[in-house]
Amino acid sequence: MNIVACVKRVPSTEASAEISADGKGLDPKNFQYIVSFYDDVAVEQAVQTKAQLGGEVTVLTLGSADGSKEIRECLARGADKAVVMVDEHWADRDCRATAKILAAKIQELGADLVTMGKVATDRDNAAVGPMTATYLGYACVTNVVGLELTEQGGTAKRETEAGIETVEFSLPAVITCDKGLVELRRPGLKDIMAAKKKPTEEVPFENVENQAQVVQANLPAPRKEGRIVGEGPDAVPALIEALRNEANVL
Amino acid sequence: MSNFVVFVEQVGGKLRQSGLECLGAAAQAGATPIAALAGDGAADAAAALNAQGVQTAVCFDGPGTQSPDALAAGLAEVVKAKGAQGFLAAASAHGRDLAPRVAAHLDAVLFADITGLESAGSGYQVTRPWLAGKAIATLTSSADVLCATTRLNVFPTLPGSGTPSVETQTLSDAGKARITGVESKAAAKLDVSEASVVVSGGRGLKEAEGFGIIEELASAFGDAAVGASRAVVDLGWRPHSEQVGQTGKTVSPKLYIAVGISGAIQHLAGMKTSGTIVAINKDADAPIFKVADYGIVGDAFEVVPALTRAVAEIKAQS
Repeated sequence: MNIVACVKRVPSTEASAEISADGKGLDPKNFQYIVSFYDDVAVEQAVQTKAQLGGEVTVLTLGSADGSKEIRECLARGADKAVVMVDEHWADRDCRATAKILAAKIQELGADLVTMGKVATDRDNAAVGPMTATYLGYACVTNVVGLELTEQGGTAKRETEAGIETVEFSLPAVITCDKGLVELRRPGLKDIMAAKKKPTEEVPFENVENQAQVVQANLPAPRKEGRIVGEGPDAVPALIEALRNEANVL
Repeated sequence: MSNFVVFVEQVGGKLRQSGLECLGAAAQAGATPIAALAGDGAADAAAALNAQGVQTAVCFDGPGTQSPDALAAGLAEVVKAKGAQGFLAAASAHGRDLAPRVAAHLDAVLFADITGLESAGSGYQVTRPWLAGKAIATLTSSADVLCATTRLNVFPTLPGSGTPSVETQTLSDAGKARITGVESKAAAKLDVSEASVVVSGGRGLKEAEGFGIIEELASAFGDAAVGASRAVVDLGWRPHSEQVGQTGKTVSPKLYIAVGISGAIQHLAGMKTSGTIVAINKDADAPIFKVADYGIVGDAFEVVPALTRAVAEIKAQS
């Protein structure tokens, strides 16, 4: 099976935000970067599917020229090779442009199965997976927490507010992966050394202009200063009083 | 005046609150909402629609209603047929799955989880969180159709009068992926993203069994959901579906109660827009107190049961 795992480089979840000088973006100067958490799950799922059904795992990213550390981590997880579309605008691509660029490359690679994280933890749109699938005409299941696959298709469990849904689908398909789908294994020294020898190919892509335009970016207004109503269980009446008569939520 | 097609979720003929909020978002922005509903009970739910400005409802039936790809294709056709300037769905699991597909059919960008929508110039502008709310962006789209999902518990529901005229469309294509079953949660169990009250616990509860006091407090409220910090989900004490924060769910309930949660930046990002925040923690210096409206410094196992009794007493009176 030809499996493509799409990954994105994002600021670490410990990062705090500062607005850039033009007021329209985030200042990256204090950012440390990681592979988006759910994309790690997507790579792990791809590697485990290969172990079960055979084939090859390609890591695909539209990303920064400085992303080689993150790519090597994906290769150490067990992917066979990486295809990188170096994009100077990678941090500001909107979901439609990203999906169209990825779809064109996935078409070229001829993937049977595409895995992605359910959301990238920077712009939080959770849109690139289902949009890419729609542009490709592939089946798509999002927020997957359980997966059984054959050569032709599969059954996925997905998490919703109403409960766990069971979805049957045909291949080719895009699966977006949720936490808990597979256990993340920590790559060993041998895996890390092996990753250095695996091929990473930089490839060109056809540009797609953004439709989203940023008017402005702001830090959220700070919350009104709160207060400590007291210590221990004796403070409960004061809390109840505040919730009923100040906040009007009880 | 422009039209917005709004996907309104319903279960067994009952409208979901999130769909009514979505209609409210469209009406508030000055658009005329056209409601779109799907599946068994859609016609009943449409007949019960009493939301401002809704004159038309489109109900989908047929096998395609069980397929997100077939339903999305059907919704995109309605947007085109009605010449709509917008497509909205709730930022629920279902809405966030469908809306990007509809947007792709329309070759339009999607804005997910918006917290603001207003007309601007000849079009619309939205506000939405970046980095799970560490920053807020105001955006416009150059696409012909504005596509967005609305964050739950943010937009008002606007009651109206009258019954919309209902059009029915059959989706005969069964689609590439099909929902074949739903393992329902216990009826009383609300999801953390849609509950109006969330009671969350963290490592301060010492062990998985410590969440007993959280569950009791949540059930005293009646309409509350249980949430959890990343630390306790990673420890396996609670399921990931309850995780609040940057790698979990972003929530905006009316009341958020954080118990034994220190307040890591990625957790704060996920709950900072809640209406009222209460923190209970034994460490007076915990960062959670910086975003809390009301705090109690103390042992969760002493404070929470006392709070549960007080809440239960009030609920019994009302």
